[in-house]
Amino acid sequence: MPHIICLAKQVPDPETPASQFKVDEQARRVMPAPGVQPVPSQFDTIGVEAALRIKDKVADTTITIVSLGPDSSRDTIKHCLAMGADEGVHINDPAVNDADHWATAEVLAAAVQKLAPYDLIVAGRQAVDWDMGVVGSTIAEILGVPVVTLAKDVQYEGGKVRVERVLPDGFETVESPAPCVVTVSNELGEPRYPQLRQIMLAARKEVKVWTVNDLGIPAPKNRVNLEALFVPETKVETEWIEGDTAAEKGEKLAVLLREAKLI
Amino acid sequence: MASGILVFGEATEDGRLNPVTLELVGAGTHLGGPVTCALLGSGVEGLAPECVAFGANKVIVVDDAALAVYQGDAYAPVAERITREVDPAVVIMGQTTIGRDLAPRLAQRLGTAVAMDCVALQMQGDKLVAERPAYGGSARARYTINGMPQMATVRAKSQEPLERDASRQGEVVKQSANLSPDAVRTKILERRKEKAEGVRLEDAKVVVSGGRGVGGPEGFQTLEELAAVLGGAVGASRAVCDLGWYPVPAQIGLTGKVVTPDLYIAVGISGASQHMAGISSVKNIVSINKDADASIFKASRIAVVGDWKEVVPAFLAKVKELKAS
Repeated sequence: MPHIICLAKQVPDPETPASQFKVDEQARRVMPAPGVQPVPSQFDTIGVEAALRIKDKVADTTITIVSLGPDSSRDTIKHCLAMGADEGVHINDPAVNDADHWATAEVLAAAVQKLAPYDLIVAGRQAVDWDMGVVGSTIAEILGVPVVTLAKDVQYEGGKVRVERVLPDGFETVESPAPCVVTVSNELGEPRYPQLRQIMLAARKEVKVWTVNDLGIPAPKNRVNLEALFVPETKVETEWIEGDTAAEKGEKLAVLLREAKLI
Repeated sequence: MASGILVFGEATEDGRLNPVTLELVGAGTHLGGPVTCALLGSGVEGLAPECVAFGANKVIVVDDAALAVYQGDAYAPVAERITREVDPAVVIMGQTTIGRDLAPRLAQRLGTAVAMDCVALQMQGDKLVAERPAYGGSARARYTINGMPQMATVRAKSQEPLERDASRQGEVVKQSANLSPDAVRTKILERRKEKAEGVRLEDAKVVVSGGRGVGGPEGFQTLEELAAVLGGAVGASRAVCDLGWYPVPAQIGLTGKVVTPDLYIAVGISGASQHMAGISSVKNIVSINKDADASIFKASRIAVVGDWKEVVPAFLAKVKELKAS
């Protein structure tokens, strides 16, 4: 009866139109686009999908969602519960509102230990806001468990986790003893969409709310300083090919590239 | 007192140096050096002189069968030991499949932090300032690190290697891995290649890339023909790979491959920032898309608004004609 812990983060919607993506350079923050709701980080819902596929196969699997974030992160936990996870833990504490990746990893590792025993910790390969890709592996090192990254398939059987991971030119299958951390990549597939029945059931699933005090650790320190955040300037002179037909444009393109010695 | 730059180089599976190694040695030199380059693997000893020729002041070779194929449990303790012995101010490695796995583990073992996927590095006094894309490439972030050593992984082709100079001198030392027998908890059961034939995407001077606008897997045959005529390689957007229209190793983007061809022809690609992150340093982007508002046009040197099914065959035919004449 494996206990799987899935780490989930709420992020600004990456589908925010480019014209509405704005950065407050003084505060070093992305300004939330008006009317655009935050969403669960996509690789994290893929992680929940990986856990649910195990639950579909292995009897008595339980899935706990853990999220560190402000009040709104509750929506991300609810979404994962509506996908089919069993319970949630929301670490909601102003003391860690500005936690960097390392402070975050320390808090999440402490939460995982409080939720022990566990057999598998699943995280996204990177959060789609900062794209750092460090938290899952850092948690594994803190807990002293193996970590297998870039998973496109995760199987659990008899105390072992088997992961197919993505390599630059192919794939490899890695076996790890449980417990371990696995980080998932988009090659695993689309996360299942919550169906109405699951959304209603999710309303009754428990979401515990913890502070850093509840975890019995001192407030963790940040290890990096964000010195600047800005939108890079992109100045490209675009030449639009004209033509009466698409085919004509295609021909002109060939001539243009030939003249530019690009082909 | 921590000083100098430690580069973790990388060997390819067919026994060559991953070019990012030499780029890192170049970057380390520009950060002030001296540069120590560590090479972990099996059969990598012969690669050390090349690191020296490209500027490494010292090369530490750990050539051990246990390191033949990357596993974090094998590489992390070896990397940790080397780092503690060298006691550098800065540690850098490539943002490769290995680097993405090894760097965060090494950082935690050393009690420090790592800035991942950096595209620019500089020293301000003894502080490393690392600049990297964030928010799918829509933003840039600059970090400094409160910890020693200051670590960064570096995007391939974002840094310049030095000129090769065979007269350069450098110390080459060999060490054993000294791995304890129970260090490696994981086991690789199987590996399989799924590589496209022809030019490697990372090396191609011309890339023809297809997005959702291609409409299905069949369209990629035309793109393959075009790439072949242009002497290039075929890439694909993440959406296309997720749909199974084209193999995963061809994926270009933040979580796929970063490519630096002289010419990038994007067919039916809208220009999501996650994809643009894979071509952020390409100077000549040509985009073909039915949608005149596609955001990719803003980053394109040449924009063709039209149905690719009509544009590309005509383009291909004209290219063949021009090449024949």
